[in-house]
Amino acid sequence: MVVAQQQKAGTFQVLVGKIDDVLQYAIGDPLRYLANWGRLYSLWPVHLETACCSVEVGAAAGSRFDIERFGTLEAFGSLRACDLIIVMGTVTRKLAPRLKLIYDQMAEPKWVIAMGACSITGGLYFDSYNVLRGIDDIIPVDVYVPGCPPRAEALIQGIVLLQEKIRRMPTLSGR
Amino acid sequence: MRMTLESEYSPDADRIMAVSLGPQHPGAGHFRIRLWLDGDYVVKALPDAGYVHRGEEKMGEYRNYTQNVPHLERPVILDSSNILFAYSLGVDELMNSKVPPRAQYLRVIMSEINRIISHMYFIAIQGLFLGHTTMITWCMGDRDFWIDLGERIAGARVTFAYIIPGGVRNDIPEFAIEKGLKTCDWFEKRMGEYEKIFYDNPMVHQRSDGVGVLSRDDAIAFGATGTVARASGLALDVRKDEPYSSYSDFEFKTPVLTQGDSWARAYVALLDMRESVKIIRQALKGLPQGPVRLKLGPQPRVPAGEVYSRTEAARGEMSYHIVSDGSPRPYRLKIGVPSAKNLRALPHLLKNVHIADIPVIYWSLNYWPVEADR
Amino acid sequence: MDRAKAIADKITSKHPGTKLEWVKPRRLKVSAPASMIKDVALFARDSLGFDHISTVSGVDWIAKNALEVVYFVGSTVPGQEGFVLALSERVPRDNPVVSTLIGVWRGAEYHERETHEMFGLNFQGHPDQSHLFLPEDWNDLPPLRKDYVSPGR
Ligand code: SF4
Repeated sequence: MVVAQQQKAGTFQVLVGKIDDVLQYAIGDPLRYLANWGRLYSLWPVHLETACCSVEVGAAAGSRFDIERFGTLEAFGSLRACDLIIVMGTVTRKLAPRLKLIYDQMAEPKWVIAMGACSITGGLYFDSYNVLRGIDDIIPVDVYVPGCPPRAEALIQGIVLLQEKIRRMPTLSGR
Repeated sequence: MRMTLESEYSPDADRIMAVSLGPQHPGAGHFRIRLWLDGDYVVKALPDAGYVHRGEEKMGEYRNYTQNVPHLERPVILDSSNILFAYSLGVDELMNSKVPPRAQYLRVIMSEINRIISHMYFIAIQGLFLGHTTMITWCMGDRDFWIDLGERIAGARVTFAYIIPGGVRNDIPEFAIEKGLKTCDWFEKRMGEYEKIFYDNPMVHQRSDGVGVLSRDDAIAFGATGTVARASGLALDVRKDEPYSSYSDFEFKTPVLTQGDSWARAYVALLDMRESVKIIRQALKGLPQGPVRLKLGPQPRVPAGEVYSRTEAARGEMSYHIVSDGSPRPYRLKIGVPSAKNLRALPHLLKNVHIADIPVIYWSLNYWPVEADR
Repeated sequence: MDRAKAIADKITSKHPGTKLEWVKPRRLKVSAPASMIKDVALFARDSLGFDHISTVSGVDWIAKNALEVVYFVGSTVPGQEGFVLALSERVPRDNPVVSTLIGVWRGAEYHERETHEMFGLNFQGHPDQSHLFLPEDWNDLPPLRKDYVSPGR
């Protein structure tokens, strides 16, 4: 990002600072807007089912709720091409390293939706010996969708929220 | 022609390549298959489960018999009533309680609705794995009508928590009976369309006929149950073998096929749903009057004892081994889930098959990893 | 009930070391000493038609210092499908060694593997006792033992 320089006494520097500002507003912002808009409606989720919430993702992708209307593509593709990971419920101790591995392989910018009580806090399984109490210890979460399981409408709401977040993303690189 | 391992290859040669399929893979969600490949053929396959192992059995020992209800239905969220049905039967038997007849009928209705919901998911994904997009679109949409019906009866979308020890949680509203009968009529017609577009489709036949054949003897030896067993000519159906609840009141058949291949396993699901619709209709029409649950209180006292209760869930025989020592919590709660029972057949079926057939065979076992891992 | 009792009598008269624990309608539980269990299992499979393994369960009787393993076996013989035989054996907790019954019921393989990891029972002769459900790096007590306390509790 172009940072407006500190204005000092020299006119030249003032000029540069001004040009930076002008460029920022004239090209940077529209460009960023354009790039974010492009990302917005073609979210490509990773096909990673972690537990029972995946049934509701299936229902949401089905013909009744059809999340493709909201710009989420079908969850079939290479990890490298994916930019969204919906963690569908419980993450167990066995799955946790794999989840991290999958997240690390995705290209920036990337977003995470934690779906279901399990992936937020452990949910019903708070006293289980094999369940992580929330996934935010291993990967950063953008949107939490509560419920056990969340209804398909709730998931759609979560995706719309995420799109709002992407629209307002301040930088081009995503981080 | 398929080459066999013995005649063509030496297993320790370099050409055998080990590949891990899953847990992130479109053909294997929350489940991994370790494959040893020779070119396009699978030499050996070993399932690697446990990605959703949540320790339900240990949790069951920390909660009392009522508190156990919600988490016990989570393993099979697709089929949540049937897993609770077996649990409730077990607790009822331990407590020696007489469940009222109306509750018995409602239990049957709900468990059959859930069987349909679960089978619809099964054949939808089977369609997806066969590249038959119509099937997933149709089935996922139609499945929601049954979920709606369940929601009208129980109040929640998929986690019904309807069948509980001592009866059912609430009575069926009057309009749900009407809607149920209508849904039955509509669905019976709809199933004919599935048959035309999916089961009679030459493409589907080509891709699943003779793929992953499980013989009857192997089905017995591996302890296969449910759709897998019935597609291999094994007429096992707990509803018939020990008519629990009110199943003896209804007229239905146990569909049995003899091919034992992926197509038959998917087709048995359709035949199963036909029978389920029949049962639901009979039960809705003949619903007796009366109370729907026994008053057990928040912390039921369960006498000491041991019980093994089974029901026929969508995937097969669902069983519970409950040991009670007279305290408010179970001393031991073992869930014998059908997916775990069918899992042993997977490495057997995945021998000498093409890589492209793996998703079809895997899913035709109606294997639900969350259920198997518990 | 009578029929289940009749089946149980056949087992106990053929193998005098076994003990009938209980009978209920369509259910019977027979316990056998660890040395005899294979013979009893073979007898149940070949002569009584209990050929369809349903599941394998375990119970930790910590007060009696014993681990119990229970095989639940159904049947595919026409007319006998509803019956389930529970065949159990008990071993001391500090030396929990039993012999595998895969040779009798092949489907018991994964169930035994699960019982091994959950209770620490050692099935002798089992081809692969690696972890099936637990994480690969699990190095605590077997979780279903009564003295293992879940970290959330
Ligand atoms: S939040 Fe509920 S439905 Fe979702 S994975 Fe957890 S237990 Fe299953």
